[in-house]
Formats: sequence, C-alpha cells, structure tokens
Amino acid sequence: MIKLIQIELYKIFRKPRTYIGFGAIAFIVVVVNLGFLFEGEQLLGFLIDSLKDKFLLSGNLINAYTMSFVILNSLWIHLPILISITAGDMISGEANNGTFRLLLTRPISRSKLLAAKLISAWIYTVLLLLFMIAFSLALGYLIFGVGDLIVIKSTISILAADDTLWRFGYATLYGILSMTTVTSLSFLLSSLSENSIGPIVGTFAIIVGLTIVSTLGYALIGPAIPYLFTTYLPSWDLFFTMELNTAKLTHAIYVNLAYTIAFITFTFYYFKNKDILS
Amino acid sequence: MKNEIFLEFDHVSKQYKDFLAVDDLSFKVYEGDIFGFLGPNGAGKSTSIRMTLSLIKPTTGNITLLGKNIVNEREETLSQVGALIEKPDFYPYLTAQKNLEILGKISGVANLSSKIDEVLELVGLTTRRGSKVKTYSQGMKQRLGIAQTLLHDPKLIILDEPANGLDPQGQVDMRELIVRINKERGITVIISSHILNEVEQICDRMVIINKGQSMVEGNVSELLTESRMKVSYVTDDNNRTLELLANSKYKDNINGIEKEKLSLLIEHENIPEMNNFLSNEGVKVYSIEPIRSLEEYFISMTK
Repeated sequence: MIKLIQIELYKIFRKPRTYIGFGAIAFIVVVVNLGFLFEGEQLLGFLIDSLKDKFLLSGNLINAYTMSFVILNSLWIHLPILISITAGDMISGEANNGTFRLLLTRPISRSKLLAAKLISAWIYTVLLLLFMIAFSLALGYLIFGVGDLIVIKSTISILAADDTLWRFGYATLYGILSMTTVTSLSFLLSSLSENSIGPIVGTFAIIVGLTIVSTLGYALIGPAIPYLFTTYLPSWDLFFTMELNTAKLTHAIYVNLAYTIAFITFTFYYFKNKDILS
Repeated sequence: MKNEIFLEFDHVSKQYKDFLAVDDLSFKVYEGDIFGFLGPNGAGKSTSIRMTLSLIKPTTGNITLLGKNIVNEREETLSQVGALIEKPDFYPYLTAQKNLEILGKISGVANLSSKIDEVLELVGLTTRRGSKVKTYSQGMKQRLGIAQTLLHDPKLIILDEPANGLDPQGQVDMRELIVRINKERGITVIISSHILNEVEQICDRMVIINKGQSMVEGNVSELLTESRMKVSYVTDDNNRTLELLANSKYKDNINGIEKEKLSLLIEHENIPEMNNFLSNEGVKVYSIEPIRSLEEYFISMTK
C-alpha cells in the first residue's frame, strides 16, 4: 500500500498543475502582506473605525497573526478550488488519459488503487494547507513580527500574542478535517467523470451553491443548514474566540466526518462496480 | 493432444442498457497459440477483451483465464497476464523508464531495473528510455505498450489492435515482434484485430465474431482450406459457363461473376468432377484459382 501511495504522490508532484495551488497561495499571501505593508494603516483603520470610540488601541496590530487570520478568512473559498484541481483529477484524469486501463490490467485490486489515490489526495490537501499557514505566518513574521490579534465577529476578541499560536495550530487541524471533506467530495465527482473539468467545476458549484442557499434560502432549507458540511467550512475561526464553543466545534467535526465517510463509501462502491470503458 | 486451455469464454453476454454488445459468446484459446480475435468494428471485440481483463463485468456466462475465474480471482490471474488495450496510453509527462518503473512496481516485479533493460532492448527503445513519452511517435508508443505487457513475465499477453496507427513498415515490425515473443519466449498471444492480413499472417487459431456472436472458431489454415472453398474460374466464355452450371447439379455452387472471373463455392473433392463436366460441354477452362484470403472468408462469414 505504501508503495502505491508513493507512486501516486510521485505522479501528483510530477504534474505541473499540482503547483498551481502552491503558486496561487504563495501569490495571495505575498499580495496580502505587501498590501498591509504599504496601506496597512488605512486598511486597519477601516476595519477598527467603529471601535475607536470605545477602545484605546495601541501596539503592533498589523502582525503575522493578523496577516494569517486575514488570509485564512479569504482562502476558505479558494482552497476548495485549488484542492479540486488535483483531487478532481485523480480518477478522471487517468480515465481521460487512458492510463486507468493500463493500471487496472495489473494485478492490483481496484479498492487498493482507489485507497492509495484517496490517501495521496488527502496528503496533498494537508500539504497545501500546511504550506498556506506556515508561509503566511513566516512571511508575516518576517515583515511585521508578532503581536496581539483582534478578531471582530459578533463579539470582539483581543487575543494576546502568546495566546494565539496554539489557536492557529488547532485551526489548521480543523482546516485539514474540513478540507478533507472537500477532497473526498472532489474525489467522488472524479470517480463519476471521465474528464477533469467536471469534478473541479462540480466541487466549486456544490460548495458555492450550498453556501448561497444556506445564506439566502433559510426559509427553504433552514432545518437542513446545521447538517450541511458547507456550513462548517469557515468554522476554523471558532478557535479564535475567548471562550471556545466546544458544542458547535464538536458538531462541526461530526458533520465533516459523516460527509467524508459518506463520500468515500459511495466512491468505493461505485468504482468497484464500474465498467472501465475509457 | 491439445495444450492447456488458457482462456475460455463460456456463453458470455454483456448487456448495456439498450444494447447487447456480446451475445452468448463461447470460444477457447490454448497454450502456445497466437490467437486471432477477429471481427468488424463494433463486433464486440473490445468489450470481450475488457471482460477478459475484468475491466468490464459480464452480464451472464463465465470467463476462465489460466484456469481461474477472472471475476473471483482477479489479482492472481492478472499477475500472469500482460495486456495492451486499444491505444498505448502512458503518462506523457514521464519518461518511458519511469512509466515502466511505475507499472513494474504495481505488478511487484523483482529485479525491476534489469527487467526494464531487457524489455526495452526487445522492443528497440533502449536509446530513448530517458525521453518523455509525449515525445514518442505512435510506433514507439506501441512498442512501449508491448514492453509493458512483458515486464512481469506473463504466460499470456492480450493485444487489442496492436497495429493501429502504424505505417506499413511499423505493422511488419509489430508482426515480427509478436511472433518472436510467441516463439522465443513461449508466451501465448491473443490479438484482437480487424486487420485481416495481420491475423492471416501470424495467427494459428482464430475466432470471428460479428454482432457480439461467434461466427466461426478454429485453426486459421484449416478454416481457409476447408472443404467448401471459394474458387475463381476463368473460361473462354464465362456467361455460357454460368448458364451451363445454372442448369446443372452445380447451380447451388454459383457465387457470381467478379472481375470477369466466375466465382464458385465448391467442395474441394468436387472440383475435378465439375472440371470434367465443363470440359465435356466444350468449355475451355483457362485457370482455376482458389480464393484463400481471410478477407473473402471474413466477408462471407459476417455478411
């Protein structure tokens, strides 16, 4: 199995498209950091303008943590697209290239091959997320240093610098979980398709579609919203409140796990019985 | 005595939603054969080949490959089979060497490096092993396709349209390579093809299928020289000869006039008697030529 995973990872990292995700993240991180470097005061002023009457804010408010928080906030919608470029290509790309029949005429079970591909796609997802967090923190640290993090949501949380790094650690772990669900969805769509565009567009359409419906169609699907995995894609920010909402976090984790298991089960069932016609 | 049966289709059918691709197909391939799997486009060849390799599940019937049921014992069976299905598709962004390494590792090939050297040498691609496959010509890809079938020392290789897209010299080279693999390595070969000449030249046995059904199965040379053979006659007056035959006991043997030659379907042993009949009627027979090509046979079986 390890040999198969190594082969799949080798194939992933020999494809130029694999680096689109890393390149896009690096570009966004650099642009956001440079934006704050040159126009940070204005941008921050816009964000905390309403607080100036009630709080006296001082110190290094633009810092590595602020940068990383902003980037995490902006990328929860970008990351699924970047993930699906690779995960969505794992099966459909082989079908499209005609290499699936080459692999499946070898003495290897379909389930093993599928498992190796899925694990490799997960590993890619984890690496992408770790790269995003690590690069964002590192570049932010080099340019701005560290400082307290102000999180403005329905409540205002001012998190001390020495109380923040662990939150990024847990947020990353949660991000891995939620993006694993996205990877599994993309993988499922990949098993249904014989070209890579379908799974990429499909993943994006499902995520955006469910997010829009959740936001605008409360009356229509209100009771279902707490059970949609898209509801919990941005839930990594639950770690950036003074008091952790463990009940909501636990629910988010269960929903993500349930969807991941459902997506994988369907993929394996479908693929095991699929006629390979490509 | 017949050799061991390597592949047996036993009343196999494949039904897609509204299309019966393979219809109650039965045939056998024996050890050591170069077996031709012949049929026009859309006859069900590729579906049958894919069922043999468990890429497609049959709707009914059993396929026994190397004594095992391919559906139930897929991995054990495929460890002894090499296959090239339709186009030789590889990872274009990888070199030939890397492609073979990946396939060899998946197949659990021991001494992979030397095995790769050996198969690349056999197909004449040693000097291009480090080139990315996307730079290969169609002929080179076909040869690499053959090389990958041999990596794990199979007992049987299955080649689906191996000469597709090759120029005439490439087709000759491919035929020679297949025969070498069969004779020198003792590997049984199944060739699916619609190129009749290819099958006629290199296959020992064959099955002809059409519309998913078996038309005929047997030894290629025997099938082509079977008792009721097609012959062309050239006489001093073909129209008169035709009229004479039409009013004789040979009327059922008439196949028509093709390219100024009288075409007859007649039992081998009856040819001298008919010759005498024509001679006694004053017909001058200038030539009698057996039409032995598989093409004629194929058309007669599939029309």
